[in-house]
Amino acid sequence: MNSTAFQVIKHNRLSIIERWQEEMSNFQEGERELTHVTREVFLNANTEFIDKLMAQVTNDHETISPELKDFFERTIQIGWPLNYITQGLQTFLRVTLQVIMDQDFDKEEAFKIYDLLDRSIDGLFNEIVQYTTHTWKNTISVQKMALLELSAPLIPVFEHITVMPLIGTIDTERAKWIMENLLEGAIKHRSQVVLIDITGVPIVDTMVAHHIIQAAEAVRLIGAKCILVGIRPEIAQTIVNLGIDLSEFPTRSNLLKGIEAALELTNKKIETLS
Amino acid sequence: MAAQTCVDVRNEWDIVSARQLGRDLSKELGFSSVDQARITTAISELARNIYLYAGKGKVCIEPVKDVNRSGLQIIASDTGPGIQDIRKVMQDGFTTSGGLGAGLPGVKRLMDEFSINSSVDIGTEILITKWLR
Ligand SMILES: Nc1ncnc2c1ncn2[C@@H]1O[C@H](COP(=O)(O)OP(=O)(O)OP(=O)(O)O)[C@@H](O)[C@H]1O
Ligand SMILES: [Mg+2]
Repeated sequence: MNSTAFQVIKHNRLSIIERWQEEMSNFQEGERELTHVTREVFLNANTEFIDKLMAQVTNDHETISPELKDFFERTIQIGWPLNYITQGLQTFLRVTLQVIMDQDFDKEEAFKIYDLLDRSIDGLFNEIVQYTTHTWKNTISVQKMALLELSAPLIPVFEHITVMPLIGTIDTERAKWIMENLLEGAIKHRSQVVLIDITGVPIVDTMVAHHIIQAAEAVRLIGAKCILVGIRPEIAQTIVNLGIDLSEFPTRSNLLKGIEAALELTNKKIETLS
Repeated sequence: MAAQTCVDVRNEWDIVSARQLGRDLSKELGFSSVDQARITTAISELARNIYLYAGKGKVCIEPVKDVNRSGLQIIASDTGPGIQDIRKVMQDGFTTSGGLGAGLPGVKRLMDEFSINSSVDIGTEILITKWLR
């Protein structure tokens, strides 16, 4: 930053901090995420924020200081709203501008100072945007993984009989997961019959049908039988309209019928004790 | 009646949005559950073809009226590579992507009306309609 700007901020350090503190002290009101934060903790955070921000700006670093970065990251990690930080930065810009305007600079000089300050705050904005998008992306991919695992579980129901209920929309990624999970599980449980239940799949288009056919074939290759269950009537119609031939694959209308067939195939029987 | 609604297709999630829209509109118009599934499946096929072969495009859905009937019309358009031999792609089993090759001929059977307009390097537009019975 050019020396005048630097001087002005340094000189007016205390009044900038004071005004900033005053404006930011109201921030807690109306912020749902901050309702359980005690006043003391909040004000301490404010002090830490402005001290580190002031150090950052007056030290005239090109990049964000590790201390400020650490403060931003901690604030976000404990779940404080992102606009606490953005508002803090904007308030700093506004308050400092007021201080600059109170001095006797000519317009051009004042503008220059403001521009420099603005640029340095901009860098901080970029930093925070980058950090948060990175965090969100991570969170989303973790959730996606959790969802994947939830959406196609492999359940051993009896010895050698395994059920995989499919729930929800199947996209390429899920299809791959289903296939891997199916084969791995079928081998692990030494399944002789695998039932794929598609009751929870909203529509079966050619891609979904293709994946199901491939999964059934793969199950066959590892020496097990695959039974497709839960084809709803309207789905059966669309499959026929699409011209997809499922006649090679054993199908049953529902899971119960499928399990009965599987028991028969594995020479088992369920009897009611009299 | 509601005007045309469009969904941009750029990724797999957009395919889901497009068919959700088709599902909602067909339900609203009073289509049977089998026809709702047919319409939704047809949209899924066309949207996926856009995503796979053209990269991006859009699916527009609108209620239509004829003299004595009403229905739902879907236009799937893209400015992708286009289709060279339309007769070929309308045959069951023809695919350039290792799929089942059942999409386009399937859509024709799922719907009441089907027309396709495509030029190489310019793009593809497919118009399909289902009438309320
Ligand atoms: N919008 C498009 N732009 C360019 N080429 C297309 C487009 N739609 C379809 N095609 C071509 O037509 C072929 C047949 O399409 P169709 O949807 O019938 O089968 P598929 O997509 O190959 O397999 P499936 O739909 O059964 O999974 C495709 O392989 C592709 O070469
Ligand atoms: Mg297709």
